[in-house]
Order: sequence, then C-alpha cells, then structure tokens
Amino acid sequence: MTVPGAWYLVLAAVLFGIGATGLLVRRNVLVMFMCIELMLNAVNLTFVTFARLLDDIGGQASVFFVLVVAAAEVVVGLAIIVAMFRRRAAATADEIHILKG
Amino acid sequence: MTAALLAAATGSGAHLAHASAWAVFGVGAALILTGAFGVVLLRNPVHSALMLVITLIGVALEFIDESADFLAAVQIIVYAGAIVILFLFVIMFLAVDRREPAAPEPTRAQRPLAVLLGLVALAELLILSRVQHWSSGAHHVAGSLKGGEDVQKLGESIFTRYLLPFEMTAALLVIAVVAAVVLSRRHGRVAAEMSPAEQEEATLR
Amino acid sequence: MDAAYAILALPLLGTAILLFGGRRTGDPASGWIATAMAVGSFVATVVVWASLLGHSAASRTVHKGLFTWIPVGSLHVSFGLQLDPLSLTWALFSSGVGSLITLYSIGYMKGDSSYGRFFFYMNLFLFSMLVLVLADSYLFSFVGWEGVGYCSYGLIGFWFERNSAAVAAKKAFVTNRIGDFGFMIALFMMFGHFHSFNYSTVLAPLASGRLTLAGATATGLALMLFLGAVGKSAQIPLYMWLPDAMEGPTPVSALIHAATMVTAGVYLVARSAPILHFSPSAQWVVASIGAATALLAATIACGQDDIKRVLAYSTISQLGYMFLGEGSGDYGAGIFHTVMHAFFKALLFLGAGAVIHALHDEQDMKKMGGLWKYLPVSSWTFLAGFLALSAIPPFDGFWSKDAILAAAWHKSPALWAVGVVTAALTAYYMSRQFVLVFGGKARWVDRAAEHGAAGHEAGGHAGGRPHEAPPVMTVPLVILAVGSTVGWLMNAPFAGLNFLERWLAPVFPARIAPSFAVATGTKWAIGTVATAFAILGLVAGLSAWRRTAERPALEPAVLAHAWYIDETVSAAASGPLARLASGVSFGVDAGLVDGLVNGVGRLAAQSGRQLRRFQTGYVRNYALGIGIGAAAILAYLATRMGG
Repeated sequence: MTVPGAWYLVLAAVLFGIGATGLLVRRNVLVMFMCIELMLNAVNLTFVTFARLLDDIGGQASVFFVLVVAAAEVVVGLAIIVAMFRRRAAATADEIHILKG
Repeated sequence: MTAALLAAATGSGAHLAHASAWAVFGVGAALILTGAFGVVLLRNPVHSALMLVITLIGVALEFIDESADFLAAVQIIVYAGAIVILFLFVIMFLAVDRREPAAPEPTRAQRPLAVLLGLVALAELLILSRVQHWSSGAHHVAGSLKGGEDVQKLGESIFTRYLLPFEMTAALLVIAVVAAVVLSRRHGRVAAEMSPAEQEEATLR
Repeated sequence: MDAAYAILALPLLGTAILLFGGRRTGDPASGWIATAMAVGSFVATVVVWASLLGHSAASRTVHKGLFTWIPVGSLHVSFGLQLDPLSLTWALFSSGVGSLITLYSIGYMKGDSSYGRFFFYMNLFLFSMLVLVLADSYLFSFVGWEGVGYCSYGLIGFWFERNSAAVAAKKAFVTNRIGDFGFMIALFMMFGHFHSFNYSTVLAPLASGRLTLAGATATGLALMLFLGAVGKSAQIPLYMWLPDAMEGPTPVSALIHAATMVTAGVYLVARSAPILHFSPSAQWVVASIGAATALLAATIACGQDDIKRVLAYSTISQLGYMFLGEGSGDYGAGIFHTVMHAFFKALLFLGAGAVIHALHDEQDMKKMGGLWKYLPVSSWTFLAGFLALSAIPPFDGFWSKDAILAAAWHKSPALWAVGVVTAALTAYYMSRQFVLVFGGKARWVDRAAEHGAAGHEAGGHAGGRPHEAPPVMTVPLVILAVGSTVGWLMNAPFAGLNFLERWLAPVFPARIAPSFAVATGTKWAIGTVATAFAILGLVAGLSAWRRTAERPALEPAVLAHAWYIDETVSAAASGPLARLASGVSFGVDAGLVDGLVNGVGRLAAQSGRQLRRFQTGYVRNYALGIGIGAAAILAYLATRMGG
C-alpha cells in the first residue's frame, strides 16, 4: 500500500485530460457521452485516492453517489439521443446546430 | 481482489507487498490509458464502448489497490455491467455502428484547440497537484476507514451521515426513469394501446 | 357663497359631457348642453354677486379653498377662489356674454361636421376664463391663462383642414407664448421676492401699505406681467396674431377674440395694480403702449376690406384704450370700457356673423352692400353697436371712452390727443364699414345670381336672396344691442350713479390708485372735443363711402397691408432666422446630435454582428468555450494560490 497518492492523482489527471479532449474532438454523440464517463471515472479515482490519503470514508461515499448520478445521467442522456435520432438520423452533434437562434 | 490475492500469495513481507502494490498500480494504469485512448481514437462507436469497459476495469483495479473493495465491485457491476451494456444497446438499436463520417470540421480551429486545451488543462492539474494545500485536507472528517470492513463502514456512513443525499439520489433515479420513458415515447398511442384493427391501419399508413 | 363652486363646476361638467359624448350628443343637443352650462354658470355668478352685495364694502373679498396643489418645501400652492369685486366683474360679463354667444352658435354652427367639438371648446374656454379671473393666486390664474390660450388655438384652427386656419392658429399660439414667457418670468421673480403667488400674501400687504416695493423690483415685475398682458391682449408688438385669428368661426371671434380672452391682459394689469403703483415708469409704459396700439390699429382698420379684420383691428385699438386708461391710473375707467366693449364688440361680431351667414360665407365688404332691407334685425342691432363703438352719445362707448380720455388728459395731454385722433378714426372706419355692408348698392347680386345658377348645394334660398338669421341667433343680438345702448347706466359719471366705480373701489384703494379730480369744466370740454372728433369721423366716413365702394385714394396699400409690419417680420423670420434654424437643424442636429445617437446604435449593431460569429450552434464549440474558461480558472489558481 505504499504507492504514493500523487501517482494516482497524476493518473486521474491524465485520464481527465484524455476524456476532455475526446469530448471536444469526437463528433459522435454516443462517443462524446463515453468521454464524459471517462472524466467521471477520473474524478472517482481522485475521490478514492483522497479517501485513502486522508483516512476518510467521505471520499468513498462520494464515489457511491457519483455512480448513482452517472447512471441517472446516462439513462436520461440516452433517452434524449434516442428521441433525437427518431426525428432525424443525426449521428453527430454538429447536425443539431440548427437549434441556434 | 487482485491485491488481496497478491497479498495472500506473497505473505506479509513488506518488500513484496510494496512491489505488488506497484505492480497492481502499473497494470491498472496501463489498462486505463489504453482504454481511454481507445475510446477517443477508435472510429467505430462499438469499439469505443468496448474500450470504455477496459478503462472501467482498470479503474476498478486501482480501487482495489486503494482498498476500496466494495466500490471496485460496484464499478464492475454498475458501470461495466449496466451502463456500457446500455450504450451498446442504444448503438445497436439506432444502427449507428459505422465509422464516423470524415467530413471536415465545421470549425477549423476546433480540433487543434481541443488538443491544446487538453494538454494545458493536464499541465495545470499536475502543477496544482504539487501544491500541498490543494492535494491534502482535514483527516477523517466523516469517519475513519480503519478498524472494520470496508462495506460495513460505507453502509453505516451512507445510512446515517449521508441519509438525506442517499434518499435524494433515490428520488433522482425514479425521476430519471420516468424522464427516460417520457422522452423515448412516441407521440400518439403506441401499438399496445391500439385495437388490432387500428394497429393494421397504422402499419399500412 | 357656495354657488362659487358651481360657477366653475358647470362649464367643466359641460366640457366632460361633450368630450366623452363625442359625436353621440350631436346637433343641436351639444349646443343646448353647452348653453345650459354657460347660463347656469352665469346664474351662479349672479347669485354670488348678489350675496357679495350683502357684505359691507370693506369685506367683499372672500376666499374659497379648493385643494392644495403643490406642497413642496416652503412652497404651498393651493387651488382656491378669490371672490372680490374685480374678479366678479370679469366673471359676470364673461359668463353672461359667453352664454349669449354660445346660444347664438347653436344657429351659426348648424350643420358643421364638428358641431360637438366646437361646443366642447366653448365650454372649456369658459371654464378656463373663469379660472383665470376667479383664481386666488397668480399661479392658479396662469393655469386658466394657458387654458384660454389653448382653447383659442383650438378654435382659431377649428377648420384645421384649411391651411390658413392652421397657420393662423399656430401664429396665435406662438405669439401668445412670447407673452407667456413674460408672465412666467414674473412668476419666478415673484416667488424669489415674496415666496408666494397668492394675491392675499403678495398684493394685499402692498395695497394696505404694510409693505412697500423697491422701484426696480416693482418695475421688473410690472413690465414682465405687462409682457404677458401684451401677448394675450394683442398690443404692440405682439398684436399680429389677432387679425389672423379671424380664421376661426365668427362666434369665436366674438367671444374669445373680442369680448373676453383678449381682455385677460387688462384684468392682469388691473389685478396687479398694487405692484404697478410702485413703478411710475411701468405705468408710463402701459399707457404709452396702449395709446400707440390704439392709434396704429385704428389706422390699419381704415384700409381693410374684410368685415372681420376691420373688427379685429378695432378690437386691438379698443384694447389699447383700456391699457391707456389703466396706465393713466384710472383702473375703473379701463374696466368700464372693457365691460362696454364686451357688449358692443360681441354684438358687432355676431352681427358680422349674421351678415356672413346670410351671404354664404362672403367676408369681403366690397361685395356686400344694400343689406338694410334684407336683414332688419341684424341691421338695427349692428347700428347700435356701431354707434357705441364710435363713441356717439348716449351709447356705451361714449361714456367709457370719455372716462379714459379724462384720465389720459390728467396723465398727459399728448396721450389724450392720441386718444382723440383714434376716436375720430374709429368713427370713420366704423361708418365706412356700416355703409359698405348695409348701405349703397347690393354688390352681391351678380354673385348671388351665379350662386343660384350653380345650384342649391350651399343652401341657396330662393334666388340666393339674403335672409335673416333664425331667432336663436337674433335673440342674442337684440339682448346685446340693448346692453350696448343702456349698459353705460351701470357707471354713469354723475354723482350717485357711478355704481361700477363704487363697486370696484375696495379693490383699488386710494393708496394704490390715487383719485384725481378733473375740473367739471375741463371734463365737459374733453367730452365735447372728443364727440366732435367722433362725429367728424362719422360724417367723413358716411360721405366718402355712401355712394361708392371704390375710393383707392382713401385706402392706400400701406394701410391694407397693415403698414407692412407683418411682411417685415415674416421676411426677417424667413430670411436670416430661417437660415440659422436650418443651419442648426441640418448641421448641429443632424450632424452632431443625430450622428452621436446613430453612432451609438451602429456600434451596438456592429459589435453584435461580430459577436454573432461566436454563436455557431455547434455544441462542441460551446463545450470548447467552457473548457477554455475552466482552463483559465485553473491557470489563475495555479499562479495566484500556487504558493
């Protein structure tokens, strides 16, 4: 148990960066969604790391809640995507730019 | 679990435990990074989803390495088992399992800016993680992790200290389910609500 | 005493009914409503007057509070009425003559498309005029002052579809504004000096001798008030609007531009007598301007062909007489003449209206003549008015003009001389008018034949022959004619018969209007000379115009064009002034002011057009924006809190 916390934090930061970049680069709505999941996981990893470093159960409890909220988010998000696809086969996020005012 | 197995196999030797912890961390990190790059770089959404599973397993490994065994299990069951399956279901349902069109970006600066932004954000996070008071804080505010089973501790905490947020997430889940049903329902009546004659008419139309 | 409220409330009620009734009240109901309200107001005034007569002479000033209008700091302006001999005199003849003229209008305005609007203005005018005279402070009076100005504007431009009427209305309004500035400056000075506008706090101490006024302050105040009076009462140099005001319907000319509104200036000066008392130079200005105006307007009247313009210039001239009397220190004489003038000038205008009516809107006297046998009532009543205005004894004008001339003689023989010459001119142009309209040959015959041939669309009666007006119009004529003949009895210059003078005495105590005695012999001489001059003018006019309507030598162009004063002013205004105005308009306003405004607008539009590019509609662009923002915050944290 002696891997320093900093290593985990760096790993989480890298994961977060990859997720963020992917969100901005990819155009498929579903993949963008997956990138968001990557970023959430990076945050979770940070939470658990701090829970260990600070010897605090709160960090793990937070992860628990993040998991639940992520599940809810995925359910609603995917429902929106399904509804969107039903209107028009918009495979990419760019195709809904007509929503601009 | 891996950590526990490794620990059991190597006995109580501090040196070996040390080495095994590093080994688990290294394997987990490799899985995470491979999966993450795969999600971002692979063109086919199905491949991306599968790569996401690899990342999730890597994260679960790191959880075990940090002795959050329960969370590791939940991570595998909920994320890899439910959420990713949901993703795959939607991909198949909508039949978008094809390569992303290589149309030029509508905004030329988007892609390089995005990569640059990712790098800058990463650098900033690394700098901040070196700052002492940004990467530390008060100890056992919500209770210590030591002296008991991980699941027991977490359960106690959630059902006492975090009871209200817990109930709220329960409500949130219900709302999300209702929202999903409302959003994905077609306008007009669905087939189950129609008489056989009406169903036939709707199909013909 | 509570009838005082009804004096104001009835015309206001009529105004409201006619305003909200609009066209629904119709013809002739609108006219009868307005007349009923005016008559009611007159009756209420008589009731108040009778109850004031019951008081002793010293206690004939009664205040009736209405409500507090402006309570700001030390300034408390309340709406209230001051019932005293001066205000009641004006209220009596305003509502009385106003009632008669409103009655007359029922017939005169028959068939007009805006019948209701006319009577709405008539009632509103009467209300404003009564506010003007009954108010207990200069500021409240100013409200009425502006109200009558507005009604005058609305009625001169009553037929606003005619360009000349619209222009005349504008001219009257703008000219009046110049005078109003004087009134307003006087109000400011008054507040600076007395911290009040109320007659009871400003004028009463001056009249009773508890307060005196420095000569300079008094002169400034008096002259500014007089400037207001000059504008409203059409004196030099602001008289040009009144002849043009004849564009309005004839009853309006009779009521507003002869009998009542234009005498508001006379009222204001009379009301301000305590201030005027402390400034002999201001008194001289009032008297001189009055005399000069009287003479100038009389000369112009000799050369006019329009029946109403003659009367308009005559009105200006007679107003000059009133100011001459007031400036000479005999306010009673000025007010006496105002009341008499209200009778005979309203009569003359209404008679002229009957003539115009009979000849289908013909106003050129050169195209009239020989109407005596066709319009018996109008002719006889017009004759009474003509003799009264010409100051032929024993008609009204003789007595009041005689009183003014006596006062002028006391002030200065020069002023008196001007007055006498004017009297001769007055008799001349009035006899000219009378002969041209009613005597001589019927010069309208050709035109009437034309008219008959053209058809009956203009209500042409049996061959286009002139016909007498309906009773609703002739009854007021007869009443006013009686007033013009025997009205002077209210102030006969014989011991015990000078009712008006004694009635007004409490308002003008000897302190502020020292009485002067003109020897009886002198008085007789003055009266005789003035009458001789008047008869001279009368005879000259009759003999010159009895046989012919064309005597170019007697009406030079310079008189027909009113000494070219109007033209000169127009040239000045349309030349350099117009250039200056257009320079300001196109250079400063369009270039600088509009430029600034447009520049601000263009800046917003341009920046909007540029910023719009950021709204691409691509969600990922927005996400990038969020990311950049988050990175910036992180950078800030890394640099600032890094330690």
